[in-house]
Amino acid sequence: MFPDDKTKPDRPVIMQSDLSALEVRGLTKRFDRPAVDALDLTIRTGEFYALLGPNGAGKTTTLRMVAGLLKPDAGSVSILGIDALADPVAAKQIMAWVSDEPMIYDKLTPLEYLEFVAGLWGIASAVSGPSAQQLLVSLGLEPHLHERCEGFSKGMRQKVALAGALVHDPRLIILDEPLTGLDALSARHVKGLLQDRVRAGGTVIMTTHILEVAERMADRIGVIAKGQLVAEGTLTELRQQNGRNDTSLEDMFIALVDTEAAAA
Amino acid sequence: MSSAAALTWFARHEIRLAWREWLAMIAGRRGKRKRAIIALTVFVAIIHLPAYAVIGRFADLQAPLGKSELIVITASIFLAWALMLSQAIESVTRVFYARADLDLIMSSPANLANVFSVRIAAIGLSVIAMALLLSTPFVDVLVIGGGIRWLSAFGVVIAIGLSAAAVAIAITVALFRLIGPSRTRLVAQIVAAIIGAGFVIALQVAAILSYGTLSRFAVLTSDAAAAYAPALDSPLWWPARAAIGDGMVLSWLMAGGLVLLGVVMAVFSPRFADTVVSAAATARSVRHGPRTTAFRGGSRQQALRTKEFLLLRRDPWLLSQSLMQLLYLVPPALMLWRSFSETSTAIVLITPVIVMAAGQLAGGLAWLTISGEDAADLVATAPLPPSRVIRAKIEVVLISIGVIFAPLITALAFASETQAIITALGVIVATVSAGAIQLWFRVQAKRSQFRRRQTSSRLATFAEAFCSIGWAATAALAVTIPIAAIISGVMTAAILAATWKISPQRT
Repeated sequence: MFPDDKTKPDRPVIMQSDLSALEVRGLTKRFDRPAVDALDLTIRTGEFYALLGPNGAGKTTTLRMVAGLLKPDAGSVSILGIDALADPVAAKQIMAWVSDEPMIYDKLTPLEYLEFVAGLWGIASAVSGPSAQQLLVSLGLEPHLHERCEGFSKGMRQKVALAGALVHDPRLIILDEPLTGLDALSARHVKGLLQDRVRAGGTVIMTTHILEVAERMADRIGVIAKGQLVAEGTLTELRQQNGRNDTSLEDMFIALVDTEAAAA
Repeated sequence: MSSAAALTWFARHEIRLAWREWLAMIAGRRGKRKRAIIALTVFVAIIHLPAYAVIGRFADLQAPLGKSELIVITASIFLAWALMLSQAIESVTRVFYARADLDLIMSSPANLANVFSVRIAAIGLSVIAMALLLSTPFVDVLVIGGGIRWLSAFGVVIAIGLSAAAVAIAITVALFRLIGPSRTRLVAQIVAAIIGAGFVIALQVAAILSYGTLSRFAVLTSDAAAAYAPALDSPLWWPARAAIGDGMVLSWLMAGGLVLLGVVMAVFSPRFADTVVSAAATARSVRHGPRTTAFRGGSRQQALRTKEFLLLRRDPWLLSQSLMQLLYLVPPALMLWRSFSETSTAIVLITPVIVMAAGQLAGGLAWLTISGEDAADLVATAPLPPSRVIRAKIEVVLISIGVIFAPLITALAFASETQAIITALGVIVATVSAGAIQLWFRVQAKRSQFRRRQTSSRLATFAEAFCSIGWAATAALAVTIPIAAIISGVMTAAILAATWKISPQRT
């Protein structure tokens, strides 16, 4: 039974302090062919993790299963010690998901949208109101707080969606291509906001095709191909694994993906 | 490419688009089209039976017609024209606001006046095609019963279709000029709804006030109508005379329709581009919400309910549709009011009308709240079980229906407590049925796809319609012949159970 909203704490109590933010074991999902194939993945708390891979590699499918949007065929997902498949409500309470297609309501203003999100996560209005306003201002949306989202550009919508993901102060933020459609200034705003979250102890997992962003921002990078993790580590570790210390992430990524394609 | 060739090419493109849009509306996915067209053909064939019941008795009519017959035929043709006009206004509004296509056209080096002339003609053509399809069973019945002279009725359909398209364009462009593009979308939809329903409702209101009945024919065939009608040689009767086979009058009507559409094309085509640019700019224009910054407290379910109510309130299409549903409630409400002063058995008719309207409105609202979720990922990743989300959404439908229908049922309670209780039960059952069907057949969709909700599942659409009719009939019988109501109720419940049995949620 779902506990009463008023008595339910905003965050589940987590007993251990050295838990991984995300632990995925043997995660598998098949559509016509295996999209994610017995994937193991561990992401530490307070880490900025970039998940890279070519189109159709299984990045989004993996993250959608972690976020509870897709049911895996096999495997386990643990978020800060909570079994996300057994207790999805508790897992969702401490996590946020932002997709590459910002899904917001055209007929609501950004503030109304954030009020709705805060309500869904059961955040006290006295806390969420000022926090929402601050978030929107920090993303450069101050002049548009009371305008309906129907006239917003894709970049503005993406910022509203991101603010919605952050308004309930999640401990794990999962973003699928969050910088798509953003101009340089907006992208910098978003990157700054995400780095602030990591500095404050939060964990960010992000997929991106902009390798430069992964290179600059991520503490660790994972490369996925055909539903399997083919390389993982810091940039230096990846270079060492690749045996070329002076190479760029782009060169390494192409080499890794090419190798996988040739092996198939 | 010469100018004429370019126009022909664009006309072909428009016809292809209109055809595919129509097919998508009727059949949904490509794989289902053949089956849907067969089903539609069977449906049109079956419609010949009710068409015979409605219009069969007019097949023997011969010229010269008396005033009574002229009034009935003219009123029927005017009703068809009003419905065509309503459909045409909606088509024109869609053309103005369909920006993806317009951006491409307007950035091309094509002559925009010519392009928009073709587009206006395409609107006229699609309105006429739909009208011909819908009128075919009725004209067939007349031809079979009264001879091939009735084929001229198809010509009348074409002529009034041309004039309806022309008037629709003139009205919409005039609205743009008068109230500006930002309000035109909503107002045009409301105007379309009022025009579509207005004529029938006006006749019913007149019938109630004069004769205490909901029958439109009571007014049309009355001596008073005949006394006020113009002389037999008046041009007002031309459509009726053309319909029964007067070739000369039909030629004049067709010519008139073509000239009218031609004039509208000549006058409005050059301005169409400006109007479209204004509409496109409006789509990007700013609409403000309330300026309060303090958030309201409450439970998670309350947050969901508040959001749903806010979105329903801000949905212009839903508002116009609800307005149309409410307009249909005007005649029964009027009859109810009259029943306070005099005893009338016709008051029984109010119950099925209210129950039917509640079922239909609940179906639309349930689709919007349950399936039409623009931020599906957000709601799915929120920390509350899906059952709570669904429950909050269903509550919104029930509350909305309650708010709309409670005043009518309360008024009915003053006339007959028993009938009010039966009507209230009917409204509840019809609402729950419609909500359940939407729940069983739910698909993830955008709210903007509401217009095409019927195509996502034809089975759900038919089940919803049959259940609404069934519960309306059951409620009416419960007031008059309670034993028969049990049979009707069991049959409707069986339809609902069969719908559940074959629904995707179960299978």
